[in-house]
Amino acid sequence: MTDFVRRLFRESTLVPVVSVLIGLVLGAVIMLAGSYNPFLAYGALFSRAFGDMYNFGETIRQITPYIFTGLSVAFAFRAGLFNIGAEGQFIMGAVAAASVGVLLELPWYLHVPLALVASALAGGLWGSIVGYLKAVRGVHEVITTIMLNWIALHVANYIVRSALLEKGMARSKYIHESAWLSSSNLSGLFDHARIHYGILIALALSVLFYFLLWKTRQGFELRSVGFNPDASEYAGINVKSTFVKAMFISGLFAGVGGACEVMGVFHYQTINAAFPGYGLMGIAVALIGRNTAVGVVLGAVLIGVLTYGASGMKFGAGVPEELIHVVIALVIFFVAASGIVELLIRRFRKKNRTVH
Amino acid sequence: MQSEIAVEMKGITKRFPGIVANDDIHLQVRKGEIHALLGENGAGKTTLMNILFGLYQPDEGDILIHGQNVKITDPKKAIELGIGMIHQHFMLVEPYTVLQNIILGAEPRRGIMIDYKKALARVEELSAKYGLQVDPHRTIREISVGMQQRVEILKTLYRGADILIFDEPTAVLTPQEIQELMAIMRRLTEEGKTIILITHKLKEIMAIGDRVTIIRRGKVVDSLPVRGTTAEELAAKMVGRQVSFVIEKKEAQPGETILEIDDLTAYDDRGCPALKGLSLEVRRGEILGIAGVEGNGQRELIEVLTGLRKATSGEIRLRGRPIQNGSPREIAESKVGYIPEDRQKRGLVLDFCVGENLVLKNYYASPFCKRGLLQYDRIFGHAAGLIGEYDIRTPDEKTAARALSGGNQQKVIVAREVACDPDLLIATQPTRGLDVGAIEFIHRKLIEQRDSGKAVLLYSLELDEIMNLSDRIAVMYEGRIVGILDPRKTNEQEIGLLMSGGHAGEREVRA
Amino acid sequence: MAVLQVTSDLIQTTIVFATALVFAMLGGLISERSGVVNIALEGMMMAGAFTAAIVTYFLETNAGLGGSAPWIGFLCAIVAGAIFALPHAVASVTFRADQVVSGVALNLLAAGATIYLCKILLDGAAQTPTLKHVFSKWAVPGLSDIPYLGPALFVAYPTSYIAFLLVAVIAFVLYKTPAGLRLRSVGEHPKAADSVAINVYRVRYAAVMISGALAAMGGATIALTTTSNFSHNTISGQGFIALAALIFGKWRPVAGMFAALFFGIASALKSVFQVYGITNYIPVDFIYMFPYILTVLVLAGFVGRAVAPGAVGKPYQKGER
Repeated sequence: MTDFVRRLFRESTLVPVVSVLIGLVLGAVIMLAGSYNPFLAYGALFSRAFGDMYNFGETIRQITPYIFTGLSVAFAFRAGLFNIGAEGQFIMGAVAAASVGVLLELPWYLHVPLALVASALAGGLWGSIVGYLKAVRGVHEVITTIMLNWIALHVANYIVRSALLEKGMARSKYIHESAWLSSSNLSGLFDHARIHYGILIALALSVLFYFLLWKTRQGFELRSVGFNPDASEYAGINVKSTFVKAMFISGLFAGVGGACEVMGVFHYQTINAAFPGYGLMGIAVALIGRNTAVGVVLGAVLIGVLTYGASGMKFGAGVPEELIHVVIALVIFFVAASGIVELLIRRFRKKNRTVH
Repeated sequence: MQSEIAVEMKGITKRFPGIVANDDIHLQVRKGEIHALLGENGAGKTTLMNILFGLYQPDEGDILIHGQNVKITDPKKAIELGIGMIHQHFMLVEPYTVLQNIILGAEPRRGIMIDYKKALARVEELSAKYGLQVDPHRTIREISVGMQQRVEILKTLYRGADILIFDEPTAVLTPQEIQELMAIMRRLTEEGKTIILITHKLKEIMAIGDRVTIIRRGKVVDSLPVRGTTAEELAAKMVGRQVSFVIEKKEAQPGETILEIDDLTAYDDRGCPALKGLSLEVRRGEILGIAGVEGNGQRELIEVLTGLRKATSGEIRLRGRPIQNGSPREIAESKVGYIPEDRQKRGLVLDFCVGENLVLKNYYASPFCKRGLLQYDRIFGHAAGLIGEYDIRTPDEKTAARALSGGNQQKVIVAREVACDPDLLIATQPTRGLDVGAIEFIHRKLIEQRDSGKAVLLYSLELDEIMNLSDRIAVMYEGRIVGILDPRKTNEQEIGLLMSGGHAGEREVRA
Repeated sequence: MAVLQVTSDLIQTTIVFATALVFAMLGGLISERSGVVNIALEGMMMAGAFTAAIVTYFLETNAGLGGSAPWIGFLCAIVAGAIFALPHAVASVTFRADQVVSGVALNLLAAGATIYLCKILLDGAAQTPTLKHVFSKWAVPGLSDIPYLGPALFVAYPTSYIAFLLVAVIAFVLYKTPAGLRLRSVGEHPKAADSVAINVYRVRYAAVMISGALAAMGGATIALTTTSNFSHNTISGQGFIALAALIFGKWRPVAGMFAALFFGIASALKSVFQVYGITNYIPVDFIYMFPYILTVLVLAGFVGRAVAPGAVGKPYQKGER
């Protein structure tokens, strides 16, 4: 077997794949228990995702933010940090871009980069709060990120309400066209789906992710801290500032994601009553993708397909959309409890060997 | 003394992935004797005793306790059979009191509450009977290592053990405490208990053992009475070849003073004073050994010297320039090398490859890093060279450090530190957990450094190592240096006295 | 006098909001004291709230049970919480998974599964209808007649009395009984516990399931006293606030209870502000944010490096050296 194929079948690659399969199978079982037809349902899901150019374009649109939040969570994981706050960082990035988009009027070659930079800074600073609290006060990042998610939700709502509000609506004014990331040419290719250039930015950021972590000195230090903070300290690495830097970059990824949603899809910022959920899915993406650039992209594709296709499940087979959340939760669960999956893989392999 | 067999292990075999830890082992322990299990690190003696205590199950073989064939499925069963284990790393719950630790899992009750009065009475009874003095109401954090060990012993006696397994009990004790322990062990056997002593320390076997079984690479090499043999003979059986105890080394040629520590003070992690005005000098071309009971500030001293802890006052001068409270990187760049006590925690990033670990201290500088980008071809080239020079057993420089054996991991650390050409090399517990071959290698390297004009500061809990390697010995007690001795003119007793706070020349007073 | 009235209202409202936090905090305490991190308190509360609401709804509409419906709902919630916690125990204890990730997965699972089941059982509705039979407040005879203080402290839902009683019970068990001694030893130094033949795995399984039951009681409380129904935002982060209360109380039952009361004040203020019309002066968003900001400030300012049980979050492997 070639080295590539052998690497493909290494347990570390197989576990996420098998976990996804188990998740889908269990989802089917739950559907059967509710007297739904799983084949019909999954069939409807896939035809919704890929059925025609419009849906294909929309699926790509759905995938885009998941790449950003997946990179965000994965980057933090590499430094040994659990960034559940990608949701809040995403929202802060979105509202920053919306602010720049609504309040300023500039030619597009200035407006777009400025909005993106603003969102990157907003997301990055929001993330670095978490890093700072951990570094200086030793507060565990799990709680601070979750609290900051809620705070971000309300801060963003406040900003929209006070500075950007479209009278009588629960959203901001439209951002100026000079800040749009979508174009009728691009949408036209996909039958007027809301696909936008954010996908290119996402892919570019995933290359940046890889480059930062494996080619630069900062990335070396970050991975070192993620593996072993004690040895890193001895090696002269400033562990505390690494935490802050890691959370800044992590927040930056998510923030840019938020900007792309605003600038590419909606062209405004809503007043949210609840979380859109990109951050949480980002965790699933990072786990499935084993915190690598390629893995995150593939994981985002999977989650994007599943979540977009879920509405097809409802129309095609009557299955409530929330089932997909259950499936995704199960996938995360099995990736986390990878011991279960590894056990199954090993048993399966042993059976095959003894047969021959 | 009856020659009834208390413990018999017949044909015990235990396999782990890639290794046979115990290979058809036969062991016979007579009631009331002190039976030593001698072997190097990794020889299989701890595995064997873990089987006896129910922590592992043997793949093959039988165990007989007092003649009865038994299956020891878990520690609960072992405890029921009267087997107790005093672990090398104490199994004590730090925030709990002595009393709570002793009764944990076998608490006397009054209704649904714990009956502490009854517990206290029983513990005091046992304590008096076997001469095991403890403070029942102090927490484990507060008591000495010697007392902690007595608590471990009481735990087993409280549960009615009459077969006691001691796993490397003297590793953390002063010479005086070792004497006390031996007295306790004799007292226990006088009261009819049977003792199995796991150790690699020949001196103690010769002093107190009745019989000894030697294990090498999972197999029993021999089993014989201690009276008829010598330490040299046992060592040879343990290792499989002649072992010299004295390290070959030239006379030291100490040069100028390179490290001066002046009146250093610092706090430990809990905010208590750890260093209370410590002063010391180390010269080029010498090995200065630091002897002391663990917990007297050695760790804090090393951490201050390497920049991992802040000193509150005092000065440290390297080649005349003050370096106290510098960052680890500043100190490393001042040519200070460090072989850490816990190689897996401080010394290596196990998930990095060997090559990356070998540049862990200088990855950020040319030629390994140019304009923020790592130059992996230079890194791996450098690694290949060191792997050859130090004979590090690894498939290649891209293998994760995790995959290497303890000895090879230590070699990676030594290679890295020495390659940075330090003027001062600090070595803490450099040979802990290594087999004899690796130990000899490390010792040779340290002497090499000293002979080429470097200064070596050696901290080890193995008094033999300190006495064999050092040109001068500094004894630490309660955060200060309480004496500097010449290893050729002093002995263990004198060092031990200083280690416990006595004064050189004073007659020892038994506690 | 108005000040006293407002204070009395505030205390009463605080106790109402704090009750759910106390239950969940106790749940987190048992789990973490045994060494298992429990981020899934939020999900367990959701499971409890949902079960309580659904069971009560079906009992009152189909079985015609009136006042006893919420009690049965409450009991069912306890069972549901224990069952829901089982996967976390299996993943964390037997399979040594990353306990935080497992917790996050369970939270997502709860969020999805509860709405899914809602839609299936209630014909596509994403929330339960308002329940007609919920808990009503009990007045302690005599004590509740004390002016201002009486209504504040001695008129409360039965669940509040249960919660505060449980604090005392758990404190007693934890510090005075063999079960408590063993539980804490498993969380501090599982190897030591193992060496005296305590079954670390069994203790942790039991602890995690009890924590699920307790957290579910918290969720059920919210559904049966405050909101009178279940929807996707019945819990809204309270599971995490309970976790913060646990840390703020340094993993001790009584201190944790006070911490929960403290955070309860934040939620109570939210409701009091709205009742007294302060929303005219402070933007509503800031009122919503207040409990969360308070949590961050408290953790950052006053707690810092809290000392968790020694072995919390580290999976235990028997025989590992």
